[in-house]
Amino acid sequence: MSAVLAAIDTDTATPDSSWQAMRCLFLRDLKLVLRRRSDSAAALAFFVIVASLFPLGVGPHMALLKQIGAGVLWVAALLASMLGMARLFADDFADGTLEQLLLSPTPLPLLVLAKVAAHWLSSGLILALASPLLAMQFGLPPQATLVLAASLLLGTPLLSLLGAIGAALTLGVRAQGMLLSLLVLPLLIPVLIFGAGAVEANIAGLGVTAHFSVLGALLLLALPTAPVAAALALRIALE
Amino acid sequence: MLELSQLGCVRGQRLLFRQVSATLAGGTLLRVTGANGAGKTSLLRMLCGLLAPSAGEVRWQQRNITLVREDYARALLYIGHASALKDDLSARENLQAAQSLAGRPVRAEQARAALAAVGLHERDAVPARALSQGQKKRVHLARLALPDSAPLWILDEPFNALDTEGCDWLAARLAAHLQQGGAAVLTSHQALALDAGITQQVLAL
Repeated sequence: MSAVLAAIDTDTATPDSSWQAMRCLFLRDLKLVLRRRSDSAAALAFFVIVASLFPLGVGPHMALLKQIGAGVLWVAALLASMLGMARLFADDFADGTLEQLLLSPTPLPLLVLAKVAAHWLSSGLILALASPLLAMQFGLPPQATLVLAASLLLGTPLLSLLGAIGAALTLGVRAQGMLLSLLVLPLLIPVLIFGAGAVEANIAGLGVTAHFSVLGALLLLALPTAPVAAALALRIALE
Repeated sequence: MLELSQLGCVRGQRLLFRQVSATLAGGTLLRVTGANGAGKTSLLRMLCGLLAPSAGEVRWQQRNITLVREDYARALLYIGHASALKDDLSARENLQAAQSLAGRPVRAEQARAALAAVGLHERDAVPARALSQGQKKRVHLARLALPDSAPLWILDEPFNALDTEGCDWLAARLAAHLQQGGAAVLTSHQALALDAGITQQVLAL
């Protein structure tokens, strides 16, 4: 008995073990994405199709396309990144892994952060990397295209972080995807305004520092708070 | 070690149980019995801290478990109804991931040895989706076969879906764990044949 108690005392909470648990969860989720690529592919295909429908629908009005390009691409990226969001915790919930995450000695917000990071790599990052190609359909100038990709690189982690709160709040609810979008999309409006605004400002010949600063500030704000909120929602969802 | 003090559970409008108290010292086994729907799983989830008690409290080393969540999590190994396996990962990857999350990472050889101990010699590289229900249960239970195990086991119907050989292995593993000073709580309908010297408490809901 005393030997057992001694064993508990010696391996007290270390940042090392938390880090290792986060790394393990991050790699596990990436491995799952790689073994089941259809989810990431679906989000990317959705992004490409929605962004391609607009030039087809509007017709060859280059001036108009150039004007709406940034907004359309940003909205398409936003909707595409919400597609797989509901599954962020739903799969773990269904197979019982989520209970094990809640029972881990590693603080739950850190584990949520690891999951969000893996999710972003498999959705937001891919969308941001694909955006310059799609921007060509709207005749965006090269510099504006770069600004678009950069704004998506900075903005899509925000989409994943805020989406994680929605995914946790709607866990186990019927029509989860629908409810998640209704809940989270209004919260994403500032991200959309400043993300698309940066590209429009660049086209208009204005500086983009202000837009990027706001996006960066929002990201810095969401990085510590969103995982905590999502973790609280997960504990309630599993009661 | 673990103390259940005047626990009560209300699910929806229904009172499942009230005034449940027990004390669990090292080397003892607490077996929870009761009809289907009596609240056995709810009680175990309460003991883990997954479910907040409607009344009373659960104490670990004299402290409420919500106050010492991380220490308690390190001392606890919970095996629930769900298999907690990822279909796309192999048995060994699943076991290693589960252990890392529990703060007790193991090397690949150790994981392979544990899987061999539960009778999955050649199956450690197979994706979990290709395993049968009983084999999945064995992969989950392989966490009990690892040398560096948590002192408190909470097992929900661990004998379900296991064949006789598996049941015998689990009973032997439980006995060894208790003899080493560990404690265990489990739900099971049949009594466990344990060696003399091991205290077995029965809690009927």
